[in-house]
Order: sequence, then C-alpha cells, then structure tokens
Amino acid sequence: MSFFGFGQSADIDIVLNDAETRKKAEHKSEDGRKDKYFLFYDGETVSGKVNVTLKYPGKRLEHNGIKIEFVGQIELYYDRGNHHEFVSLVKDLARPGELTQSQTFDFEFTHVEKPYESYTGQNVKLRYFLRATVSRRLNDISKELDIVVHTLSTYPELNSSIKMEVGIEDCLHIEFEYNKSKYHLKDVIVGKIYFLLVRIKIRHMEIDIIKRETTGTGPNVYHENDTIAKYEIMDGAPVRGESIPIRLFLAGYEMTPTMRDINKKFSVRYYLNLVLIDEEERRYFKQQEITLWRKGDIVRKSMSHQAAIASQRFEGSSHPEKATSGVFLT
Amino acid sequence: MSDPVVADTRRLNSKPQDLSDAYGPPSNFLEIDVYDPQIIGVGRGRYTTYEVRMRTNLPIFKLKDSCVRRRYSDFEWLKNELERDSKIVVPPLPGKALKRQLPFRGDEGLFEESFIEERRSGLEQFINRIAGHPLAQNERCLHMFLQEESIDRNYIPGKV
Repeated sequence: MSFFGFGQSADIDIVLNDAETRKKAEHKSEDGRKDKYFLFYDGETVSGKVNVTLKYPGKRLEHNGIKIEFVGQIELYYDRGNHHEFVSLVKDLARPGELTQSQTFDFEFTHVEKPYESYTGQNVKLRYFLRATVSRRLNDISKELDIVVHTLSTYPELNSSIKMEVGIEDCLHIEFEYNKSKYHLKDVIVGKIYFLLVRIKIRHMEIDIIKRETTGTGPNVYHENDTIAKYEIMDGAPVRGESIPIRLFLAGYEMTPTMRDINKKFSVRYYLNLVLIDEEERRYFKQQEITLWRKGDIVRKSMSHQAAIASQRFEGSSHPEKATSGVFLT
Repeated sequence: MSDPVVADTRRLNSKPQDLSDAYGPPSNFLEIDVYDPQIIGVGRGRYTTYEVRMRTNLPIFKLKDSCVRRRYSDFEWLKNELERDSKIVVPPLPGKALKRQLPFRGDEGLFEESFIEERRSGLEQFINRIAGHPLAQNERCLHMFLQEESIDRNYIPGKV
C-alpha cells in the first residue's frame, strides 16, 4: 500500500552505551538557558547506537548511505557560515541501499582526541557533537547529539605569588599581593593590600574579576569584557601601614578555565581588577591576569585509563610578572 | 599529588602597623572653605567675592594654610585652564545665571541672598573636588588660584 504524496521518512535517535553511568554537566546555551549534557574528557571513547525508526511501517526507505560523525567545531558568531572543524571523525553505518524496517546500528569512536573545552561565549562557540545522517537524493535526515567536554589539569608545579608595588607618584602607593598566579575554579584567592602612602581620600576598595573573550586575528581582533564579580574588600579611609586582607571564593562564580589562542581562533582570559574609589568617585585601578584551570574530581575506578592520563596533563603556563611600578588610570 | 580537602584561606602575613601611623593625623588632609561673600563696587559694575581658605598637610602645596579672595569669573578661569591643559574631566561649576543680570527683575538678581548662598555652596563643592585630584595638583593654575593673592592672567601655564 503506498500513500499518495507521502514519501517514507524516519526518525533518528542517538543513544550512548554508557548513558546510565556517565555524568552530565551543565552548560549554558547561546540564549542563556542552562542544559545538561553528557560529559566527556580527552581520550575517552564515544560509543553507542543509532536507532533509525521508519515513520510508516511496511514502506521502504531508500537511502544513499547512513553514517555517524563525531565533530568538534568552532563557530564565530560574526561568521556563522564558516564552521572551523578541528575534530572530524566519521563511521559508515550502512552502504547505499534501502531499509525495509526500523534498524539499530552500533558505533564506536575509540579514544577520541578532544583537545579543547566546550565553550559558549558572547561571540564564539566551541562545541562537540555526534551527528547521524541518512543521506537521500533530495533531502538528508539527520540528528545531532551535543556533548560537553571539560579539560582537566593538576596542580601546577610552578605557581608563584603575584606581588607588586604600584601607585601614583607622591599620591598613592600600595603593595598588592595575591597568593598564587594560577587558581582552579573552586579555589580561594588569598591576598592583601598594603598601604605605603595615602594622600588621597579613599572611600572604598573592591576587587573585580573580569573575563575577556578575544576573537579574530590581526587587525580584526575584538575583545569582549565582562565583569563576572565585584567584591568589596574595604569600606572607609585607610592610612599608611594598614593591611587589608583579601579572601575571594571562586566557586560561587560562573567561570571557565583560561583558554589561550584556541585553534588560533579565540581566547578567554581572566583578570583581577583592584579598584580604589575616592570621595569624588574617581577610580584608581590595577589589572592583573590570573590563570584559571579545572581540577578533576577524585579519579574514580570507572574512569577509563586514557581519561586518567588526560587529567594529568597541564595546559599552558603563564610568564611570572616582572615587578614594576604599576600604571594607574583615573 | 595529594589534594587538600579544604583550601588554605589563612591571611597572608603582614607587617604590624606603626601606632603613630594608625592614630596620627592622616596624610590626606585637605579642606577648602568658600565663605564670607562680599559685594564689591557700586551700581551696575558690582560683583561678589568669596573668601577661599585652604588648610592641608599635602606636601605639594607650598602653604599649609592659605586665604585668598576670588570671584566667580576666577573660578571660570581655573576651569578653562584645567580643561585646556590637562586630561582631567573637570567638575561643573554652578550656573552662570545670565538671566539674573537682566534688569527689571522683581528681586536683587545676582545679589539675592539665596542665590549667593547657592553659588557659594556650588563653588565650594567645585574647588574641593578639583583640588583633591592628583593630576590637577600638578597644574600651576590651581596653585596660583588657591595660594597667590591675585591671579596673573598672563602667567605661563605649566606643571608644578
């Protein structure tokens, strides 16, 4: 029996083999919604089944091949048409032919390299996904399953503190110190501000965390700054010799690890901005970059050997800052 | 590498503060009063002057206690000098009140008591704001305005 004007079609469903046991992670989408996705690490195998369910039982589905792809790509919002794929794997599931009934296909991408962390930002998105496609003459049927990838690091061997004397000649001299230059996402920033000379009337002091997303290269570089946190550390007027402590818990803020020049397409960097405000609302500030990294959870037995190795890798290292007289801007 | 269960959040070591620093006079003392309005002259050429008294312990000012007489146009002069020579965003002055200079008003015009008080207060706010600005403190025009008996409009602008 054939339905006049109704071609056969199918629904595709991708199911992971370890869907029951694999952890999910929250990830914010472009429109700000938070969804949960399966969490993967570099080196882990991605395996599962593709279910192709025919819409109209009894009718054949002619196709030009069924395949599944694992894709990692970077999408710049100002250039949506161009997807930059840095990982692209494909497995053929069926040669061109026809399906007479609904069918399930197994797939496995073994020890897949996932070099970067999933990221959805203001001007750029990096995502990983599985895409199953039933190719047809006129229109393909496809389904995507997004996953989230986290990049892990361990405690860096070198993690010097940041200590600097900055100020305005004869007006304001302070020495600031942060206990580390590299912090993990659930770390605590411990520091202090020591006043050496105070000839202006300071009303209060705060520390801000600024996220800077940089996209583009050469003359088309674009920086998007976002103040993630504002934390008052002092209320009132300090005098010479006073030490103001800083204790800032990072776990409360939504941040990502520092990403430097990802696939030569974008960077995400974090800065601590120390801001002093005087009685006439004039602002004096000193910005300092910090490196953020993601600490793995305690390695569980179920984690694959590859992922355990991956969690030992430490990504990038920043140059320790030279001690210099800071640049203060009003 | 073993993971500490709780992060070390103890304060960093700091030098104990010298008690004379803690309880002594602050190094940022700067107070300017604009007061005692006096009407100078007669008839149509009248104008108001104000006493501008500065007390400070900032080393950049030669006199720690100074007193000068200034009129509104002197404040305007200072504002223009600073806007031209420095990168500072200069705070606003109280209004010029041109309307009050027109004849046939029902009140005393420029010399109305409430207006003078309003202007005095605005000028005091203005001068305190600008004198506390670290970049303004480098300008010769500010020092001349605050600490010299009269303003030499032919002075050579520059930094202190």
